[in-house]
Amino acid sequence: MQARLTVSDLACRRGDRVLCRGLSLTLQSGDACHVTGANGVGKTTLLRSCAGLLTPFAGTVESEGAVGLLDERMGLDPDLPLGRALAFWQKIDDCVDVDAAIDAMGLRNLLDIPVRYLSTGQRKRAGLARLIAQAAPIWLLDEPLSGLDTRAIDQVTALIARHCESGGIALVASHQTLSIAGLTTLELAEYAPRTEPEPTA
Amino acid sequence: MITALLKRDLARFFPFTGSGAALPVIFFLAVAMLYPFAVGPDAPLLARTGGGVVWIAALLAAILPLDSLVARDIELGVFDQLKLRGVTEEVSMAVRLAAHWLSFGPPLILATFPAAALLNLDGETLHILLLGLLAGTPGLAAIGLMIASLTASLRAGAALSGLLLIPLALPILIFGAGALARMDQASLGFVAAISLLLVAIAPFAAGAAIRAAREG
Repeated sequence: MQARLTVSDLACRRGDRVLCRGLSLTLQSGDACHVTGANGVGKTTLLRSCAGLLTPFAGTVESEGAVGLLDERMGLDPDLPLGRALAFWQKIDDCVDVDAAIDAMGLRNLLDIPVRYLSTGQRKRAGLARLIAQAAPIWLLDEPLSGLDTRAIDQVTALIARHCESGGIALVASHQTLSIAGLTTLELAEYAPRTEPEPTA
Repeated sequence: MITALLKRDLARFFPFTGSGAALPVIFFLAVAMLYPFAVGPDAPLLARTGGGVVWIAALLAAILPLDSLVARDIELGVFDQLKLRGVTEEVSMAVRLAAHWLSFGPPLILATFPAAALLNLDGETLHILLLGLLAGTPGLAAIGLMIASLTASLRAGAALSGLLLIPLALPILIFGAGALARMDQASLGFVAAISLLLVAIAPFAAGAAIRAAREG
């Protein structure tokens, strides 16, 4: 698959505060980029801007290929059994092979359980299954590893690596270290606006 | 894609399938049941004022589903995910409007039959009342959807939406209940026109409200 994500001279805003500015980034098929930075530095805002959900304060975001976003909101109905909640997105995505996604995330035994009874890690895996089934070339992952056990962390890291090997793009915001070949790192704090020195009276 | 979306919304909101979705109909019938107890079993008085009571009950019943109409799916990120798949907020709001009306309009119209019996309404009054509700409930649904999206990101949104709906619903109430007072159907045309206008702007207003809520 051919995909591209181009961010040029982007400035992100949250409320009336500018979080980052002058950010340019080009990701081609096969690229993986790790966004790092302290809490509140604007990782989520950057990802949501890249997804086109937030209007950039300045600059542009262009993407070639469908975009899949995984954040803390999975979009799965809490009252429905996991199987049916995933089936809704399967219908929206026109996905034929949702079983592969369910098996890849080890959710086979959980399909009858309402989403609200799932643990944090299980819910995260359900969100990842939804993302895999979407089959979008560009993945924007906001803390994909938080709440996962060590085995699942390895699985998800391998999943991201495989996605990039097959021509996908991954932009991952995470506090954990990611062991993926060819991973570039974007230190978001470098793009924080300079604070003007206080004028001395 | 639209069918899948409509199916999900209907499953959520339709009475007896969605959680607590039968509440508006039960509330509507409860008002019709309580009113004769409150004013006494004076049949002519009930027949004269009953139609207006049904309208008020319908208006108040329209408030009940508002708190879960939009806010929950914003929290769940459903609209975000739909947007990524090319379903704009306007489309998802148009679908939601259809599902919202289907889940409270027709059940309310059906519940008007037992309510009319409780309030001693005659055949002609019932006829005008049913036509009025058919013309007016889409408008009530549209106002409800717009208000629910506007107040979705507020903490006291549910309480506020009730207060906001009442003044906006006044034109529908005036013309709808006014038709009963004069026993002529002409003013129902106004109700239908107001409803049509509201239904036409609701998806755009609600869609813009959801985008604004996202920007925070």
